[in-house]
Amino acid sequence: MSKLSHRSGRRHPLASVALLVVGLFATGGTYALFTGTAAAESSEVAVATLEEGKKLFQANCASCHGLNAEGTNAGPSLIGVGALSVEFQVGTGRMPMAGTGPQVQTKPVQFVQEDIDSMAAWVASLAPGPAVPSADELEGGDASNGAELFRINCAMCHNVAGAGGALTEGKFAPHLKNIDPVHIYAAMVTGPQNMPVFSDMNLTADEKRDVIAYLKYMDGNPSVGGLDLGALGPVSEGLFIWIFGLGGLVAITVWLTAKSN
Amino acid sequence: MAKSDNELENVGSAVTRSGAFENPGFEAEHQRVADIDPARADKTERWISLLFIVSIVFTVLAAVAYNVFPIVEGDPQSIRNNTMFVGLGIAFGLLAIGVGVVHWAKALMHGHDLVEERHGTRGEESVRAKAVEIFHEANKESGWTRRRLLRNSMIGAMVAVPVPAVALFRDLAPAEAPQEVLNHTIWKAGVRLTRDPNGTPIKASEVTIGSAFHVIPENLLEIEEGMLDEKAKAAVLLMRLNPADLKESADRASWSYDGIVAYSKICTHVGCPVALYEQQTHHLLCPCHQSQFDVTEHCKVIFGPAARPLPQLPIAVDAEGYLIAQSDFLEPVGPSYWERAL
Repeated sequence: MSKLSHRSGRRHPLASVALLVVGLFATGGTYALFTGTAAAESSEVAVATLEEGKKLFQANCASCHGLNAEGTNAGPSLIGVGALSVEFQVGTGRMPMAGTGPQVQTKPVQFVQEDIDSMAAWVASLAPGPAVPSADELEGGDASNGAELFRINCAMCHNVAGAGGALTEGKFAPHLKNIDPVHIYAAMVTGPQNMPVFSDMNLTADEKRDVIAYLKYMDGNPSVGGLDLGALGPVSEGLFIWIFGLGGLVAITVWLTAKSN
Repeated sequence: MAKSDNELENVGSAVTRSGAFENPGFEAEHQRVADIDPARADKTERWISLLFIVSIVFTVLAAVAYNVFPIVEGDPQSIRNNTMFVGLGIAFGLLAIGVGVVHWAKALMHGHDLVEERHGTRGEESVRAKAVEIFHEANKESGWTRRRLLRNSMIGAMVAVPVPAVALFRDLAPAEAPQEVLNHTIWKAGVRLTRDPNGTPIKASEVTIGSAFHVIPENLLEIEEGMLDEKAKAAVLLMRLNPADLKESADRASWSYDGIVAYSKICTHVGCPVALYEQQTHHLLCPCHQSQFDVTEHCKVIFGPAARPLPQLPIAVDAEGYLIAQSDFLEPVGPSYWERAL
């Protein structure tokens, strides 16, 4: 013990900590540098090669969707679903699926964007299907018109503020807060899981852009009425007023009738 | 009282009051800190006056906040800040006065317990006799019992007074028989199905499998008065399923078109819009009370409080390929009512 606690005069007590920090930064920095160059190289090489996409698909998706995306008992055929479906399902982390349940749920995305793009390119090459739109196809909509369309077509499941809501037997409509515009667009076009399809013949491309503009407006503007408590309506608001409103009244009543010291 | 209770013990065998609860009276007088220690009383006084000063500060802050956080047109955040800070200022301004006054009463004002006996409700005999005398006097002077024609005609006149009200309130009822209004919608043969809200007609080829369209009748937007009343009855949900999934009864097989079906969006329970369509299970869910309808079997109820299936709108396709109604709904849409025939 006495030997351990003894420190020579030359070394600062925190020297070992400082050395550790320097070492960590050095390894981390070098690693980042190397992986950085690796990513740059691969993006140069991977011009979304179909071959790469096919390999990734067969390694990660084929156990359910079949080696040639023809579908199995465990998963549907992906022939004709288009690049947009792959972008939605893999790009939101829903696929590859973590486990069976009432509904496939989002989780951290499992692939880098290049890999998603190459898988999407390969799936799209099997049969024609909806393609991923360019960024300017998703921007500049009319939020006011989008709000009306959202109220008519989307709000009954997704809640008028986009907070999501319950469906039957454990299924639910997810919330729509801070969702990538391309995934909002993809959900409307492809109708994932139990969501109905809203093709361009139902909601035109312009109208879809308006709906996206409305959701982005909701993301950027807080509730005018103060805390929205999740915008879940009477459940969260009721809970709040029963606990804090009535709780406050009870506390005041107790104080009013208690005798002073 | 205690004595009479004891007497009861000896009256018979049925009633024994030996364990009767005795009125404990008031607790001993409670001495508060401020009653004993004048220094503490002064300290409490300073605290209470501090509360009143806090109230002044918050009231002034409310007025200041109204100017510091002005409502800027087109900026919802500014409305939120304005109402919040002004509201907090006024709320704490009033709350501090209230807390101060209550604390004053509880800690400093006299705290003696006080008994105020309730007096009897029966008046004194002389007062009661006087009251009776006034009645007799009034009767004698007015001739209330003597001049019966006068009395009865006046009662008759007063009974007649509410008659106009009966006529007036009777006219608040709907001019038409309500069942006529409830039995029919503006759908009729040949009316095109159009998109809500812009009223563009829908081609059968545009309804892809898995789609759900929110539909209003073509003639809805022409209505100038009572449009929303008509929309509330005529709203329809249009869906296309794989025709193999539909289990249609023989008499309704001609009501759909190649897997495209149209159902009233108004729940048969209490009239909420049923539009939560799950395109894989083909279930429709009503968000209000969780009634579920199976679209593949003519929207029969599979769960929840709804009593009847959603009414189906018979549809067809016109020469240009647009979806049209074959007729109105063949049963009243929406929740039950007394005069409902079905």
